[in-house]
Amino acid sequence: MAVMADVPSPRLPERDRPWLMRTYAGHSDATRSNELYRRNLEKGQTGLSIAFDLPTQTGYDPDQELSRGEVGKVGVSIAHRGDMRTLLDGIPLDQMNTSMTINATAAWLLALYIVTAEEQGVAEDKLQGTTQNDILKEYLSRGTYAFPPGPSMRLIADTIAYAVRHVPKWNPINICSYHLQEAGATPVQEIAYSMSNAIAVLDAVRERVPRELMGSVFGRISFFVNAGVRFIEEHAKLRVMAELWDALGRERYGVEDEKLRRFRYGVQVNSLGLTEAQPENNAYRIALEALAVTLGRSARARAIQLPAWNEALGLPRPWDQQWSLRLQQILAYETDLLEYADIFEGSKVMEGLVAELVDGAREEMQRVAELGGAVDAVDYMKASLVESHRERWRRIEAGELTVVGMNRFTSTEPSPLTADAEGGILVVDAQVEADQRAAVERWRAERDQKAVDQALAELARVARDDTENIMPVTIAAARAGATTGEWAQTLREVFGEYRAPTGVGEAAAVPSEAVAELREEVERVSEALGRRLKFLVGKPGLDGHSNGAEQIAVRARDAGMDVVYEGIRLTPSQIATSAAQEGVHVVGLSILSGSHRELIPAVLQALREAGAGDVPVVVGGIIPEADADALREAGVAAVYTPKDWNLNQMMRDIVALVGERHGVDTAAPA
Amino acid sequence: MIGAAGDGSELGARLRERDLSAAPAVLNLLESSSPPAREQAKALLAAVSPAALGGEAPGQIVGVTGPPGVGKSSLLSRLVGAWRARGRSVAVLAVDPTSKRSGGALLGDRARIEVDPADRSVFIRSTAAGDRLGGLAPATRAAAAALSAAFDVVVIETVGVGQSETEVADVADTVVVVVQPASGDVLQFLKAGIMEVPDVLVVTKSDLGRIATRAVADLRAALRSLGAGTAVVAVSSVAPGSGIDELVDALDAHVAGLDLTARRRAARRLHALDDFVAEHGERGLRALGGRREAEKWLAEQDPGLDVPALLTALERRAAVS
Repeated sequence: MAVMADVPSPRLPERDRPWLMRTYAGHSDATRSNELYRRNLEKGQTGLSIAFDLPTQTGYDPDQELSRGEVGKVGVSIAHRGDMRTLLDGIPLDQMNTSMTINATAAWLLALYIVTAEEQGVAEDKLQGTTQNDILKEYLSRGTYAFPPGPSMRLIADTIAYAVRHVPKWNPINICSYHLQEAGATPVQEIAYSMSNAIAVLDAVRERVPRELMGSVFGRISFFVNAGVRFIEEHAKLRVMAELWDALGRERYGVEDEKLRRFRYGVQVNSLGLTEAQPENNAYRIALEALAVTLGRSARARAIQLPAWNEALGLPRPWDQQWSLRLQQILAYETDLLEYADIFEGSKVMEGLVAELVDGAREEMQRVAELGGAVDAVDYMKASLVESHRERWRRIEAGELTVVGMNRFTSTEPSPLTADAEGGILVVDAQVEADQRAAVERWRAERDQKAVDQALAELARVARDDTENIMPVTIAAARAGATTGEWAQTLREVFGEYRAPTGVGEAAAVPSEAVAELREEVERVSEALGRRLKFLVGKPGLDGHSNGAEQIAVRARDAGMDVVYEGIRLTPSQIATSAAQEGVHVVGLSILSGSHRELIPAVLQALREAGAGDVPVVVGGIIPEADADALREAGVAAVYTPKDWNLNQMMRDIVALVGERHGVDTAAPA
Repeated sequence: MIGAAGDGSELGARLRERDLSAAPAVLNLLESSSPPAREQAKALLAAVSPAALGGEAPGQIVGVTGPPGVGKSSLLSRLVGAWRARGRSVAVLAVDPTSKRSGGALLGDRARIEVDPADRSVFIRSTAAGDRLGGLAPATRAAAAALSAAFDVVVIETVGVGQSETEVADVADTVVVVVQPASGDVLQFLKAGIMEVPDVLVVTKSDLGRIATRAVADLRAALRSLGAGTAVVAVSSVAPGSGIDELVDALDAHVAGLDLTARRRAARRLHALDDFVAEHGERGLRALGGRREAEKWLAEQDPGLDVPALLTALERRAAVS
């Protein structure tokens, strides 16, 4: 028995408390989202995670041109404090822990939250939650940026400096590695780029707070990570991040308190690997990915939100999200997961994986540092991500990477889950946009205009004066009744606007037999046309998810086409003007935000007006079958969805389409 | 529909009437290599030749070049804005490097030139550089000549330093090289004669303050010591910023002080000879009695002839066609 005494008990003296359970939710307007939140809380969700629509995320009001088709689509539309009040009605903010996926306009949404709490009689120092507030990954992947890097970093630094003093329980920034993985990052890239990003943020804040506050600043920085289906390696990745974060605090920022150096993260597991084919399989993928972030106690998530099984099909319904919440609850309350100390402690395999990733990540961090840090290395990181994503896609196409139901084991029975009229997804009421436009006009008419003008003038003044923190005037503008679009427009006028690099120009051509065949066909058709086949890849609307469009642009280039790709956030008339002026033979449009029903017909109309109505248009994105029919009827030549994952096949179709329109004989599509 | 050659002389007539909406079809035609398209392209260029116009085309042709990442595109966005504010129509021909292996290219430049899409007086076209060394797409020269009949300003934008400005100089009335403050390379290139002296030098990011002021002073001193009359303009990279109006003025001043007819005439002869050599090689050149003889003979031809007409004349003389 003496021997036994030396072995520590594998059981914890007390079962761990579960992580915060959230569901990334919100759609249409504040009223409908508020109902959804209350229902979710009743079901045992322990925190809120607010999904805002793209106009709110990029700083436009529902009645602005770029908002067309996007209002209330991927999240809730919040234009002013009245909307925020409705959204959080009946939810006591002194008890709630709220995560807001908001970046370019994070300072503004935090201000609206603070003002709403004020109206509820809750002081700001009681508030708990998170603003995502990470702009670099918006440039790299997600695309909801508004201002250039310099002013954006200042906004971030200001919110952190303000929060540390006045909203001390708030996480003012969530450094995101999540979207890097969605953009194709390898584990090493995910670790290295997010750590480099954190360094850029901390360095910027260091300039704006007294030295003695740096410890609490460091302690308030949290991360938002991803977990893919390779869940053992993914878990190792998190242990690496914890290790590097601790070292960074100690070495670079001199943080002595160990507690403040603890790596805290929330997670949304991988969406990149979710398939449209046999979508029910995604439920298993999500469960395995959840293990990556919960299995090892020393690198366990503080907050988890899981995607729904049908996200590659369209927007999830409340029931789909409930199914994912139940998975978290089973993991936390039914299994014995929370009863043990770290189960990987002493594992040779885990130690080996960690050592490998630490070395790789340190090397890559060094490279970013040599380029002048994360802000200056955006171009490099973006190009590297496009390259990694391309390699991943190549492996899927070559069958080197198995995706069950997609490139292997593809024969299937019809799924009863998608059998209903809408195909098993949520369809946002088309009336929402019109209602929101009218509502924001009413709001403007009824408020004290003089107070708003004054507040915005103050905002502009502080924006120009780099030495003053922008949060107090932002809160004042929120209180006065300014709108999201007005706040952002005021800053756009001072800071200017920005277009992030597309990363596609640097992508190297990778030789492959399939592409070589394709290239011959492109040459043949180009010769018959008299000039090189020219293809415009466009992203209309506010959707910033450009990974798909980038891969298509690169593949078309590799196939020998001249490709015009202008990046994200274009209006239909911009796309039509480009198509006409560039003399392209075909236009490809990519939309993942669900705004295709409004925006695609608008592009077709604009093309006709620009005299390019005869140029064939193909569309790709998350497009439900019912909508695809309508688009084809409106004149779209072809519709591609995530189940059309073979890019070479898509290219062959496009070449054949151009050939057909110009009376050129083309090889029969394989 | 194959080749979609269009009617060259009709397109030329539209350009003569300053119909800007002809521009996309003009470029489609000039970029086409099919024999019928080549014939129509000749007709188009003849229709906008100095002989047909009764003088040189009125548009100002500006070449803009510089190393990648110096802010050429944001400079162009604001330059186009400044020209538009003065009521001038603008065509931009953006030349992108081509990926040699596949023959395809990613044309991303127009993305960074921000203009009002509803403004019909701005035309932007991006082209792959093709296999030509130095960077200009084969059709770009012809396009610049044709569009200058209709647009007030035609900009040719290329990437690089040390070679591209030479190519651009053969086409443009005014060559602008764009550099950023801390790049010492340009200074070295100029001194070493690797780079031809531009007509106007723009230093971007003048908001960098002392570094920019210093760069401008260094460049001015170096150019003075070379005896060059190059204007050096510092332009802020942050909108609205300063320097853009000064730049427009400097470009106007350069053209005003130029013997435009002589410059363009010389350029046309050079192009015709280049095209002749590209087509018929050294053997063809020998049939003309060598380069110097050919140049001398070209100088005696009708100054109103366009490039294809001069090329045809050369071929006839060498009896190779």
